[in-house]
Amino acid sequence: MVDAAKQSASEKPYLSIANIVKKFGDTTAVDGVTLDIQRKEIFALLGSSGCGKSTLLRMLAGMERPSSGQIILDGQDITKLAPYDRPINMMFQSYALFPHMSVADNIAFGLKQDKMPKGEIDARVAEMLDLVQMRKYANRKPYQLSGGQQQRVALARSLAKRPKLLLLDEPLGALDKKLRQQTQLELVNTLESVGVTCIMVTHDQEEAMTMATRIGIMSEGQLLQVGTPAEIYDYPNCRFTAEFIGDTNLFTGPVVVDEPDRVEIEAAELGGRIWIDHGITGPKGMQVWASIRPEDVRVDRDPVAAGPNAAKGSVAEIAYFGSYSVYHVKLGSGKVLKAMVPVNRWHEANLEPPTWGDQVYVSWRADMPVVLTR
Amino acid sequence: MNIQRLFKRLKPGRGAVISIPYFWLLLFFLVPFFIVLKISFAEQDLAIPPFTSLMNLEEGGLLHLTLNLGNFDFILSDDFYAKTYLSSLQTALFTTLMCLLLGYPIAYAIARTDPARRNVLLMLVMLPFWTSFLLRVYAWMGLLNENGLINSFLLGIGLIDEPLQLFHNDFSLYLVMVYAYLPFMILPLFSHLVKMDGRLLEAASDLGAGPIKAFFTITLPLSKNGIIAGSMMVFIPAVGEFVIPELVGGPDTLMIGKVLWNEFFDNNNWPMAAAVATVMVLLLIVPIAFLHRFETRQLEGKGNE
Repeated sequence: MVDAAKQSASEKPYLSIANIVKKFGDTTAVDGVTLDIQRKEIFALLGSSGCGKSTLLRMLAGMERPSSGQIILDGQDITKLAPYDRPINMMFQSYALFPHMSVADNIAFGLKQDKMPKGEIDARVAEMLDLVQMRKYANRKPYQLSGGQQQRVALARSLAKRPKLLLLDEPLGALDKKLRQQTQLELVNTLESVGVTCIMVTHDQEEAMTMATRIGIMSEGQLLQVGTPAEIYDYPNCRFTAEFIGDTNLFTGPVVVDEPDRVEIEAAELGGRIWIDHGITGPKGMQVWASIRPEDVRVDRDPVAAGPNAAKGSVAEIAYFGSYSVYHVKLGSGKVLKAMVPVNRWHEANLEPPTWGDQVYVSWRADMPVVLTR
Repeated sequence: MNIQRLFKRLKPGRGAVISIPYFWLLLFFLVPFFIVLKISFAEQDLAIPPFTSLMNLEEGGLLHLTLNLGNFDFILSDDFYAKTYLSSLQTALFTTLMCLLLGYPIAYAIARTDPARRNVLLMLVMLPFWTSFLLRVYAWMGLLNENGLINSFLLGIGLIDEPLQLFHNDFSLYLVMVYAYLPFMILPLFSHLVKMDGRLLEAASDLGAGPIKAFFTITLPLSKNGIIAGSMMVFIPAVGEFVIPELVGGPDTLMIGKVLWNEFFDNNNWPMAAAVATVMVLLLIVPIAFLHRFETRQLEGKGNE
């Protein structure tokens, strides 16, 4: 009986955000976001600046009061709770370490607010210092630390109270690129070893893809798509997501053929039809978009069989990235199509790589394009 | 001490620029102080100027140096002076505390308002400086005295039957002292509080500290430098304040400024006045040195960031 009750409770989402709206005067920063987070999940809110992701995070922390909606954490309605009464801690973007306190005092700050006995505080602080490998620096002041060290202290401070939910605001935004890449995995390892449920906010898609188990894409206050990094990359549900995550080529046109085993889109910019090997549910003649990733586009010097999913163009630009190059191919309509071509593509075929102004043929398989209706 | 090292590090042109304020301090502070110090070792004399010279060249090329320690001896032996110094320090200390208690919330509020309104509020703090200090003290006299505005008003509406004793007592002394020195507390406090990072308070709140706890654990310690600077700005001039105790203080208000005035103008005893002034300067050097040390430490701390 008790176990059954427990069972059903654990199936419920750990954190449930229900139709949250936040208005600042006339502008709506967060526009009806609904989201469920499971225990021990690392969730990334991804979006460009001003999309409302930070406001959503601040509402979870209690620093902003939602205009409407509800937030339930572990069965408790926390919508109206003050930040200092929430079992949630946040790692701030600029770390917000207290400059007049040592590293150890910074980490102990939250524990002291809970009136924890001194012995326990010392033990917990030591444990946190070990967790982020900062024991040597316990007595340093924040300004005596490097950016990476400050980040670790900030993480230790936000984990010290063993929060039910950890919020990370652009956790690595203040670090330079090289250090950021190193720290991403280190941070994920730490979070997983602690087993904390975590929501992070970032504008860096690589950071989100590397660190998160699931990603939510936000734009203009709305949550457009939620899924694992692979789901979002392979099956974007709208143009914004397709263009925001990775790079893509978008063609638009009406659906001219909609059979269970194929869809054909009349794409004026391509000067032909786009052929997709599955059906969609929508009226014929509906305006849709087809998204084709650059790495799915094949570039040939010789003409390929005329038909759908192919076009002729000329090389307008080549960006060299070492192991691959991105060709910008200008089609007859003036539309520029990006194609990612591995360097050994030409080697293996014993061909001279095309260069600026060369005529090339682009094509892709019918299972590659993703149809987007918005 | 560090000045020479500082000069060495600077380019010659910059040294010249820096030397101007040093020259200024030397000419208008150090030299006058040594003149006062010299006079304090002289004896009162019926002459112009009314004191003896320390050095006399006698016949046979003998240079006589006469140092009169009597003034200092008198200051030390007569407990009137000790009481006066103590009372001056006490008055200044109390004024400083009152200014701090009043000025901190004001500075905090100004620092927290939006920048557009902030400038207006700062303007209001500084506005009194546009009127002569003496005029403002006289205005208080007009307000506080027995048939002044406050008493007339209270008598007029029948709230009191006889005039309140608001004037020439400790109440009026502290009221006007605090009024006069409050801006000197508010401005340095404001300049520290306005620089404070609001995210630190958010972090404190996030970690479980309520507003009051956050104030005492974050805001207050971080504004320590502002508190010290403001307190020095009030305390140091308040110790030597003469005009306010003279005009609005009670008859038994003992202030060193008043004693100086009496010795100098009433008794025409320049050496005694000089000795009183010297002791006062020595008493003040302690807090000034403390402030200076604090400021340099602060600068060094900044350099590390």
